[in-house]
Amino acid sequence: MKEITYREALREALAEEMRRDEKVFMMGEDIANYGGSFKVTLGLVEEFGTNRVKDTPLAESVIVGAAVGAAMVGMRPVPEIMFADFMVLVMDHIVNNAAKMTYMSDGELKVPMVLRAAQGAGTGSGAHHCQSVEGWLMNIPGIKIVIPSTPYDAKGLMKAAIRDNNPVVFLEHKMLYATKGMIPEEEYVIELGKADIKREGSDVTVIAYSAMIPKALKAAEILAKEGISVEVIDPRTLKPLDTATLVKSVAKTKRALIVHESCLTGGAGAEIAAILAKEAFDYLDAPITRIGAPDTPVPFSPPLEKYFIPSEQRIIQGIRDLLG
Amino acid sequence: MNLTKDELREMYRLLLLTRKNDERVNEIYARKGLPELPHSCMGEEAIAVGCTYKLRQDDYIIPSLRARGMFLVKGIPTKVMMAGAYGKRTGPARSISTSHHMGDMSKGIMLGTGLIGSSVAVATGAALGLKDMGKDSVSLISFGDGASSQGDFFESLNLAAIWKLPVIFVCENNGYAISTTTDRQMAVENVADKAAGLGVSAVIVDGNDVLAVFEATQEAVARARRGEGPTLVECKTNRWHGHSENDRDNYRNPAEVEAMKRDDCVKRFEKYLLDKGVLTPELAAKIMQSVLQEIDEAVKFAEESPFPAPEEALRDVYAD
Repeated sequence: MKEITYREALREALAEEMRRDEKVFMMGEDIANYGGSFKVTLGLVEEFGTNRVKDTPLAESVIVGAAVGAAMVGMRPVPEIMFADFMVLVMDHIVNNAAKMTYMSDGELKVPMVLRAAQGAGTGSGAHHCQSVEGWLMNIPGIKIVIPSTPYDAKGLMKAAIRDNNPVVFLEHKMLYATKGMIPEEEYVIELGKADIKREGSDVTVIAYSAMIPKALKAAEILAKEGISVEVIDPRTLKPLDTATLVKSVAKTKRALIVHESCLTGGAGAEIAAILAKEAFDYLDAPITRIGAPDTPVPFSPPLEKYFIPSEQRIIQGIRDLLG
Repeated sequence: MNLTKDELREMYRLLLLTRKNDERVNEIYARKGLPELPHSCMGEEAIAVGCTYKLRQDDYIIPSLRARGMFLVKGIPTKVMMAGAYGKRTGPARSISTSHHMGDMSKGIMLGTGLIGSSVAVATGAALGLKDMGKDSVSLISFGDGASSQGDFFESLNLAAIWKLPVIFVCENNGYAISTTTDRQMAVENVADKAAGLGVSAVIVDGNDVLAVFEATQEAVARARRGEGPTLVECKTNRWHGHSENDRDNYRNPAEVEAMKRDDCVKRFEKYLLDKGVLTPELAAKIMQSVLQEIDEAVKFAEESPFPAPEEALRDVYAD
């Protein structure tokens, strides 16, 4: 085992997959010598060259549109959109091209593409550089959504995403890039669609992902001192969603709290809550509860941004409320 | 121009097939309706046939909404296209989507979408993939004058020019984007003028002259294969019908449309071949007969084919 950051874990995954398969290449704004806005791709151009780590013009739509075309003829592109907020500029290519090609061609065409983007608040970058966008993507049949919370998951899921024959949107959280975790020295891949129980518990299930996982784990630790046993589950991929693991946990704890950083309304939590309401209805001792950001754009000023992001305190309070 | 007499006759047959197929689909639609709303390509057939003819199987195309002939030249059977118009199981991809957007990678046909301009980026990406895989195949996309207003048009031409991608942008400029005339679509006179500002070589040809389109495209293909980058081929043409077959076409003067029909790309090529002695009236009649028979058989095939089963709608959302 070795200790590594989330950023380094992603870089390792990208490098390993590019070494393994010469069809894998990256394209995006300032990803080569500059190393990307968050330095995930830093140094890769030295090993793989500018043809496989392509700096593009400032033109998001064609970055993803061209990635789709390259994928259709046999490449395995990994395009990067600098900030997930800019995903709106490429939604046509995600929704109408990448997501629909396999279906519209009766399964003949494949679009093996991993669209990377950094999302989330905490950097004080304001309303256009901090949004969490996974909720927008939930309603798109034909894509997969990966949203890792740890270095271990980031690496294993990235490798699986690159090997997948479907378009995958891979959402990295800015506040996680510098976080550290242990990973094996040897190669490993994490299958998409498998949730991970980050902490076992018996009194309440907290379903969280991305940057909400460290907070949920902290909250669980604090409550453990009071004798409250919290189970923390990370779905890791929202499409496909590991419903079975979520339901099994709620069947055990009889209480579910869903936590995400994106705005509450229409977020991934709504979908998870609807699934649990049906599949775990008989087990529930309390209403399924969601915690998300308020339905506002991400504010800039530090106290406002802090107020916006769901905190450990809110998670602790949410758990207490569920336990009555 | 290196075309044999047989090739010229084949080109003529494909032009005629595109025309007659369109006429038949429109006639059936008007008489009893069809699941698929036809968007007639009448008047513009020379572009689709001219730009696709003699492309290799491993050259990839994305045909525009009105480039029906591109499918036929690339080898999609007439009966499959017809079954698509009927929404039958024997249509392209079991008629999961309309036949405007059929793809067949074994023939080098990529799927386009109904979002005008969007596929220009995809075709550009295909060229990128082909180049990076070390192939000398090209990517060719056709689109209308309206598409040249879209952001993807500019982003794609810019990228293709910077990276010298083997892509051919074929613009079918028929003067109308639905009802919007070109002079209300753009301040420059030609779509080719936009290419100049992006560093893409461009050529303007008479889109009703199938050989002019063929030659310009072949030259662009040769440039692309030599690694000299993209070319835009702007083909000036006319759209005889409304945008679709339920368009009342009330925004155009009937005299204007009648004038368009006097420059008929099929008749023009036929006359050229007759003058050159490549065709005789007897041979032309024989080709006409075989085309009509092929279409009759396609209609019969489509009408007798079953619809897909409803639950087939759930298949293939994801690849294995």
